[in-house]
Amino acid sequence: MNVRRLIGFNLLTGIVLGVGGFYLGWYGGHWLINGLDIKSLDYFGDTDQNDVSLFLAYLLGVIGFLVGLGFANYPLARLRGYPSSLREKETTGISRYFGLSTDHKVVGMQYFVGIGLFFFVGGLNAMLIRFELLRPEPNVIPAGNYLTLVTEHGTMMMGMMTSGILGPFANYLLPLMIGARRMAFPRIEALTFWLLMAAGVILISAVFYGGVPTGWTGYEPLNVQGNMGMDAYIMFFALVGISMCLLGLNMLATVITMRAPGMTWTRLPIFVWGVISTAVLMLLAAPVLIAALTMAAMDRTVQTSFFVTAQGGSSYLFEDLFWFFGHPEVYILALPGFGIVLELMAVFARKPVWGYRLAVAGMLGVSLLSFTVWQHHLFVSGINSDLRPFYMLSTELISIPTGFIFVCAMGTVWRGRIQFTVPMLFCLAWVFNFLFGGLTGIFVSDAPSDVTTHGSFFVMAHFHYTIMGGLIFTFFAAIYYWLPKMTGYMMNERLGKVHFWTMFISFNSTFGPLFALGFMGMARRVVTYPTNLQPLNDWVSASAFVLGISMLVFLYNLVYSQLFAKVPAGANPWGSRSLEFQLPSPVPVHDFDRIPVIVGDPYGYGEEGAVVARPAFAGAGGQP
Amino acid sequence: MSSTQKKIAGILAVVAVAGVAIGFYVVGVWLAGPKAYRPPVLAGATPTVDLTLQTDAAAGPTLAANPDWVSYFVLDSTNHWRHTTIWTLPAHATIHVTIYQFDGDSGLRNPFMAKVRGTVGNTMTLNGETTDVINPNDASHTFAVPALDLIVPLVGVADDAKNQCGFGPCPLSTAHQTITFTFETPGKGRYRWQCFVPCAAGFLDGFGGPMQTLGYMDGFLNVV
Amino acid sequence: MRRLGDGRRIALIWLVTTTVAMVLVAVFLAPHLPPGNGSKEASGQRFDNEVLTLTSIPLITLIFVYFGYVLFAFRDRGDGAGDGPPIRGHIRVQTAWVVGTTLTVLFLAAFGTYELLGGAGGGQGSSPVFVPAAEAATPGGPPVPPLQVQVIAQQWQFTFRYPSEGGFESAQFVLPVNRQVELHVTSLDVIHSFWVPALGVKADANPGVDNVAYVTPTRIENVRFECAELCGLFHGYMFDTGRIVSQSAFAAWVKSQRAFVAPVTKYLPKYSTSYLPQPAFRAG
Repeated sequence: MNVRRLIGFNLLTGIVLGVGGFYLGWYGGHWLINGLDIKSLDYFGDTDQNDVSLFLAYLLGVIGFLVGLGFANYPLARLRGYPSSLREKETTGISRYFGLSTDHKVVGMQYFVGIGLFFFVGGLNAMLIRFELLRPEPNVIPAGNYLTLVTEHGTMMMGMMTSGILGPFANYLLPLMIGARRMAFPRIEALTFWLLMAAGVILISAVFYGGVPTGWTGYEPLNVQGNMGMDAYIMFFALVGISMCLLGLNMLATVITMRAPGMTWTRLPIFVWGVISTAVLMLLAAPVLIAALTMAAMDRTVQTSFFVTAQGGSSYLFEDLFWFFGHPEVYILALPGFGIVLELMAVFARKPVWGYRLAVAGMLGVSLLSFTVWQHHLFVSGINSDLRPFYMLSTELISIPTGFIFVCAMGTVWRGRIQFTVPMLFCLAWVFNFLFGGLTGIFVSDAPSDVTTHGSFFVMAHFHYTIMGGLIFTFFAAIYYWLPKMTGYMMNERLGKVHFWTMFISFNSTFGPLFALGFMGMARRVVTYPTNLQPLNDWVSASAFVLGISMLVFLYNLVYSQLFAKVPAGANPWGSRSLEFQLPSPVPVHDFDRIPVIVGDPYGYGEEGAVVARPAFAGAGGQP
Repeated sequence: MSSTQKKIAGILAVVAVAGVAIGFYVVGVWLAGPKAYRPPVLAGATPTVDLTLQTDAAAGPTLAANPDWVSYFVLDSTNHWRHTTIWTLPAHATIHVTIYQFDGDSGLRNPFMAKVRGTVGNTMTLNGETTDVINPNDASHTFAVPALDLIVPLVGVADDAKNQCGFGPCPLSTAHQTITFTFETPGKGRYRWQCFVPCAAGFLDGFGGPMQTLGYMDGFLNVV
Repeated sequence: MRRLGDGRRIALIWLVTTTVAMVLVAVFLAPHLPPGNGSKEASGQRFDNEVLTLTSIPLITLIFVYFGYVLFAFRDRGDGAGDGPPIRGHIRVQTAWVVGTTLTVLFLAAFGTYELLGGAGGGQGSSPVFVPAAEAATPGGPPVPPLQVQVIAQQWQFTFRYPSEGGFESAQFVLPVNRQVELHVTSLDVIHSFWVPALGVKADANPGVDNVAYVTPTRIENVRFECAELCGLFHGYMFDTGRIVSQSAFAAWVKSQRAFVAPVTKYLPKYSTSYLPQPAFRAG
C-alpha cells in the first residue's frame, strides 16, 4: 500500500480532521458557556443538555471534514494568487472514489454507493418498526426509542432519497445526454455528495444524544422540548438542504449552458426535462427549510421565541415554513421518476415518446403548482377555514399535469414492440403504484375526507405508494437500465425478475392494507393500537419482511453480476438512440472523443433516416 | 487462491462485519431500555403489594445517567433505592403506595390534576391526614395512570424548609412530604404512568428531558 | 400490420368493467365506507368518500384495461420486426384527456367544497366559516345553541371542560346524542390533535389557539378518541373511550361529575378559549 497516497486530501484525512473539528467545537462550546457566564444559557446546567456545544461540534466537524477532503485547496490557492486548474482526473484505481473527484462519473458512482448505504440503514429501521408493530403493546423496543426509530427512518429516507435519482444518475448521465464532458460546476458537484455523507453520519449520531421525538416533520414546539439529538436532526436537514440547493443549481446551470451545438430544448431526452423540473424545486424550496431550521436552532439555543406561543411566537409558523418546503420536496421525489418512466418506455416499446410536449408541460406544471398547495397539510390545524376550498382546488389541480404523464405513457406503448425487460417491468410497476398513490392523493386532498385520513396510516400508505412505489421502483429501473453503461457489465436478467416480482408483490401487500388501517382509526407514529387491528398489522409486517428480503435479492444480483458473472454489456445493450448509449461501456474518462453536433432528437424509432448526431460515432456500435 | 475465491472471501468478510455492526446497532441502540422491578407480592385473599417510592429534585450521580434530572426511585426488598420506573405488579391486586416526596413545588399546568381520582375512596393521606384535593400551586409531582383514571398529586416541600435534600436517592432524615394511597390493578396489560407537573427544569413547558424519558418521571406498570 | 378496432375493443371492455365495478362498489362497499354513520359529519364524509371512490373507478379500470390489452396485444414477439410506428402524438386524444381530467378535477373540488359547508367535523380555527345551522331540541321548537365542550390537550391526556354546566373539568368525554356540539380544541403545551374516528371529528390542538369543530352525534355508542399529532413520548397512549349517551343520561352524568370534581373546580382558571400557563421555562 502506498503510504504517501494515504496522506493527502482524501476521505481518511477528512475523517480525522472531521473528528478533530467535532471535539474542538464540543469543548469550545463548553468553554464558551462556562467561561462567558451568559445568564440566559444557565438552563444548560439544569437540563444536562448543551445544544450550543453540539451545534458547534457538528459545524466544526463538517468544516474539518470538508477541508480534509480538499475542498479548501482551490479557494485558498486562488486567494493566494496561484493559478488553478481542475484537479487532474485520476484515470484508474479505486482510491479516486474515496475523495474529492471532479469527474462527474466518479461522483455519480459515489452517490450510488453512498445513498445505497443510507437507504439500507433507513430500511433496517423500517424492518424494526414493523417488528415492533407485530403486537399492540410495546414489544421489544422501549417507548422512548420507538419515536426516535420512526424519526430516523423517515428523516433518513426523506433526506437521502431526494437526491436518490439526481445524485447517481443525473450526475453521471446528464452531461452525456446533452453532449457535454462535465457538469457546469464539478467541485460543487463533489461538495453536494460529501455534504450528504456528513449529514447521514450526523443523523445516525442523534441516537447517542437522547434521540429525536418529533418525527421527520420536526414540528414545534415539541422540537424545542427535545433532547440534544434534535440538534443532530436540525444539522442533518440543514446540510441536506444546502446539498439539494447546490445540486439543483448545478443541474440547471449545466443544462442551460453546456448543451452540445444543435441540442435545442425540444431535442432533449425526456429524462433531462424530469431533471430540470426537479432541479427548479430543489433550488427554490430548500432555502426555506434551511431558514426554518435556523430559527428552530435559535429557539433551542439562545431562547428566541419564533415558534413558542407562550412567548409571542407561533407554532403555525414552523408548520407553514416546513410544508412550504415539504410539499415541493415530495415532488422532488416524484418528478425524476416521471422522466425515467417515459424515457425507458420509449426504448422498450421501440417508439418515440408520445406527446413529448404534453409530458414536458406536465412535469413543469407539477413543478410550478407544487408551490401553491402546502396548506393541505394543515387542513384541520385551525387555519382560517375559508382557505380550505382554495387549497383543495390547487391540490386537486396538480393531478391534471400528473395525469399527462399517464396519457403519454399510454400513448408510448400503443402499437409498440414491447419488450418485458427488467427495467420495463419496474416502469410498468410505476404505472400501477403511482395510479393508486395518486388517486389516494385525491382522497387526502379532499378536505372533508382528510378530516378522517390526516395523521393516520392512510396518509402513510398514500405517500409510501407515491414515494416508494414511484421513486424507488424507478430507481431500480434506472439501475438495471444504466448500470451496464456505468460499469460495463449487465445485471442478471433472471435474478432481476425474481427481485422485481418479490418486491412488487410484497410492496403492495405491505402498503395496501395500510389504507384500511388508516380508515379504521390507526394514527401515525403510535407504538400501541387497538387489539382488533393486530391481524392486519401482522400481515403488513410479514409482507414488509419479504420486501426487505427482496432488497437482499437485489444486493445479491448486484454483487454476482458485477463481480462474478461480468457479462459484458457492450455500448448499447438496449438499442437506445440516446447519446449516452453511443459511447463505450464503461464510459471513458474524457466522455466524448469529439463533441457531437445534434441534428435530431433521440426518439426517431421507426422513422426513416432519422439521425441524432453528426458526425456518426465510430466504433461505438450504436445507431448513427 | 484464484481471484474468484479471493472475491468470495472478501464478500463474506464484508457480510460478517456488516452483520456484527447491524447486531450491535439493533441490540445496543434500539433494544436497550430500563429494566423492570418486581416488588414482592404479599399473600392474602387478594394479592397485595407494598410499593414505596420517592421523588427527588435531582437524581444524583450514583444511580442515574443524568444526575441533574428530577427522578422517581423505588425501594426494593433489600431496602435499597433502585432507579427504575417500570414495575411488575399482579393483576386484580391491591397496591398500597407510599411516596416520600423530597422536591420543591412547581405548580400544575392544569389545576384539574390537583384532584385525587382513581384510588380507593378517591382519597390519599398527606402526612397522615386524609384529603382528596390539594392547592395546584403546591404540587411538585403527580403519580397518574390515565388508563386507570388514577391521579394522585404530590405536595412539594416548602421553599424555606430546613434540611432539604440536594440530590437522590434522599434519606428520610431530610425534609419531605409523605403521601400514601391504595389502588387496584385491573387485568393483564401494560399501563403507562406519568407525572403531570412541569418539573423538568430548563425544558420548554417543563415537559422535556426527564418528563419524556423512561426511568425518571414516566414509566410503565406491567400488570401480569 | 394495422389491426382494426383495437381502440374500440378497449373502449368496450372499459365501459363494461367500469359499469360493473361502479355498481358493485355503490351497492356493497359504499355503505360501509369509513368513517361510518356515527354523526352527521361522519355521514357526510362517508358520502364524500363514496363519490371519490366512484369517480376514481373509471380511471382505475381505464388504466388496467388499457395496459392489460396493450401489453398483451403489442408485445414483442421476437420476430425481429424492428421498431414500432413513429407515432409522436395525437392532438384529439391529448385534448380529450386534458379536458376530461380537468373537468373531473373541477367537479371533485366543487363537490368537496359543497361537503365542507357543514364543517365536515374538521377543525376550523377560531372564527369558523362553515357553521352548521342551529337545530331545535324538540321538533318544531326554537333552535338551541350548540353545546360547548372545550377539549384541553396536554402531554399526554385530553381533559374536557363544559362551560355551560358551571365550567367543570373532567377527564371523561361524554356527549348527548342528537345535540349539536361545538368543540373548542386547544393545547397547553405542544401540538396535539383530537381525533374521534367514529364521529368524523379531527381538530389540531395548538397552544394558545382555539380550534372550533362541530359535530352532531347520531348514535348511542362508545367512541374511541386519540391524539393524531405526534406530541412526545406517550403520544401512542394518548387515547381513551368516550361515550355518546341519551340526553337524560347526559344530564345525570353532568350532575354526578360536577359534584365529584367540585373540590378542584374553584382552583380552575376562568373559562377561556385558550390557556397559556406560565412560566414557559421552569428554573431549576
